[in-house]
Amino acid sequence: MIAVELLKLSRRARTWFSVALMCALPLVVAIFIAVTHLAPPPGQGSAFLSAVLDDGQLYPAAALALVLPVFLPVAVAVVAGDSIAGEASAGTLRYLLARPVGRTRLLVAKLVAVITFTLIAVIAVTVTSYATGVLILGPSRAAAVGAPPGGLSGSITPGGGGAPTAGLQPGAAITSLSGTPLTTLHLAERVLGAMSFITVSMLGVAAIAIFLSTLTDSALGAALGALATLVGSEILVTLNAASTVQPYLPTRYWLAWIDFFRQPIFWRNIERGFGIQAVYVLVFLGAAWANFATRDITT
Amino acid sequence: MITTQDLTKRYGKVEAVREVSLDVREGDRYGLLGPNGSGKSTLVRMLLGLVYATSGSISVLGEAVPRHVGRVLPQIGALIEEPAAYPHLSGRANLRLLDAAGPSTPHGSRRTRRRRVDDALEQVGLAGIDRRPVRAYSLGMRQRLGLAAALVRRPRLLILDEPTNGLDPRGIRDIRDLLISLNASGVTVFLSSHLLPEVSALCTRVGVLDSGALVLQEQLASLQAPTGRVLVSTDDPERAVAALDGLVEHRDGADLVVRFPDAAALNARLVAAGVPVRSLLVQRRSLEEIVLNVTGSGSDQFGAPATPDASTP
Repeated sequence: MIAVELLKLSRRARTWFSVALMCALPLVVAIFIAVTHLAPPPGQGSAFLSAVLDDGQLYPAAALALVLPVFLPVAVAVVAGDSIAGEASAGTLRYLLARPVGRTRLLVAKLVAVITFTLIAVIAVTVTSYATGVLILGPSRAAAVGAPPGGLSGSITPGGGGAPTAGLQPGAAITSLSGTPLTTLHLAERVLGAMSFITVSMLGVAAIAIFLSTLTDSALGAALGALATLVGSEILVTLNAASTVQPYLPTRYWLAWIDFFRQPIFWRNIERGFGIQAVYVLVFLGAAWANFATRDITT
Repeated sequence: MITTQDLTKRYGKVEAVREVSLDVREGDRYGLLGPNGSGKSTLVRMLLGLVYATSGSISVLGEAVPRHVGRVLPQIGALIEEPAAYPHLSGRANLRLLDAAGPSTPHGSRRTRRRRVDDALEQVGLAGIDRRPVRAYSLGMRQRLGLAAALVRRPRLLILDEPTNGLDPRGIRDIRDLLISLNASGVTVFLSSHLLPEVSALCTRVGVLDSGALVLQEQLASLQAPTGRVLVSTDDPERAVAALDGLVEHRDGADLVVRFPDAAALNARLVAAGVPVRSLLVQRRSLEEIVLNVTGSGSDQFGAPATPDASTP
C-alpha cells in the first residue's frame, strides 16, 4: 500500500509543481542578490542570507530558511490535508477500503507519503540551492558567516544558551555561526542535520492536517485548518504574554536547526524540537486513527 | 452467501435501515429493489464494512462483518453507488493501482496481474481504451470501468449498487449478459436497483426495501407464479364468450381475460368450439405490481418511518 501511495504521489502534477515552486523561490532570491550585490546586512532578513555573497556554499542553509516559514508548511499541509479528505470527496476512499485496504494501513501509507514528499522537497531545495549558490553567487571568498540574524537569536537561545556570535573572521574558508572554522565535510554534516530537523519539524503540521483530513471531506478545509493552527502558533510564539504555553507550540523550535551551524552544535533546542514534534505526531495521529477507524464511510 | 439478522442503522433519530434480515444464497442473482432513499446504499455499505451497524449482525461468505472484513472483501467485487477513479490517470492505470492496493500478499506475478486487468477491461467492453485520462471518459465508460474494477480480482460474490446507471440500452444489455454469464460460471450476484425492468430481466430472487425495512424477499419465479388467468386474443370473441360460459372475467374488444388454470386445456376447448385463437398468454403478476403493492408512498423520503405493520412475508 505504501508503494501505491508513493506512486499516486509521484503521478500528481501538484507534487512536482509545488517542489518546483519551492526550488524557484531561492533561485529568484539568489539572482536578485547576485545582480545587485545587496545582501541583507547581518542580523536582518532571513537567516544566513547576509553571508551568502561571501560564500555561495552556504546558500542551501539560506534557501531552507527562505522556504521554511511559509512555502514548505503550506505544501505539506496541502498534501497531508488531501490525504483522506481528497480520497473521500473523489469517492475513491470507499473503493480502497473495499479492496480491502485496512484503515490503519491506509493512514500509515498516507503518512509515509507525506514524509516522503517533505523529504523530496527539502532535498530538492538543498540540491538546487547548492548549485545556485556555487554557480550564481560563487564559491567561498575567504570570508566568514556573519552573526546570526538578531531577530532570531533571541528566540533560538533563550537565556543566552551559550552560542556566542562572532563577526567576520577572515582567512577561514567556512565559518560556523560561532565563528570557528568548519570544513566542507562538517558543513555537509550540518546541512544534513538541518535537513532532517526541518523534515521532522513538518511532521507536526502533517499530523494535524491528516487528523483534520479524517474529520472532513474537504481537502482544502483540512489544509487551511492545519495552516491556521500554525499561524496561531507563530503569533503566540512571539507574544510574551503567552510565554507559559510557548514551549508546547508546534512552531516553537522550528528555527532550532540553525543551531546545527554553531560550533559546537548547540543541541538543547534541537532535542526539544524533535521532542515536541514527536508529541504532536503521537497525539494527532492517534486522534486521526481513533476517528478514522471507527467512522462510517458515507462518501 | 449474505445473511443479516435484524440489521439496523440509525443516524441520530433517523432509521436508515430497520431490522433487515437479508438472505442471499449461493448462485443467486439477487435484486434489491427500493425507491431512492429507501436505505439500499446504507445496507450495501454495511455489507462491505464501510458503515457500522447500530444493531444486528452480518455474515458474508460465512464470516462475520465487520470483524473479519479483511478475509471477506478479497473475494468480493463491489460497485458502491457511482464508480470513482483518479481522474488524471488512464483507466488501465487506475485498475492497476486499485489492484495493487489490495491485501499485502499480491496475487500472482506482475504479468498475471497485468493480464487480470486486461481481462477485466475486455469483459466490460473497454479492451480498446487508450491512454486517455479518466476525466475524459463518458458516464457510460466510467460505469464500465467501475465494473471492471469489481471484476479484477475474479470475485466469488459481486455486490453492485445500481450497476447499469448511466449506460445506454446497448450497454445495459451488455452488462446484463455479462452478469448472467458470470453467474453461470458460479459467481453470486447481489445488486441493488430502483429499475424494475432491469431487475425482472436479470434476477432470480428479489428483496424489496421500503423506508429502510425489507418488506418482501422471495424467488422471482414464485412471485410471478401464474395467477390462474389466461389472456386470450381471438377474431371471434362472441363465440369464445359463448363457449366459455361464465369463465370470462373481462372483455376488451378481441381480448379476453379467462379464469382457467390450464392454458393448453383452454386452447383445446376453444378450438373444439371452432374459435379461431390468435394468441394465448398465461397471466403473471408484473414485478411492478408486486413492488407497488408492498411499498408505501415514502419514495425519496430518506428514512421516513415505515408503516408499523410492514413485515417480511
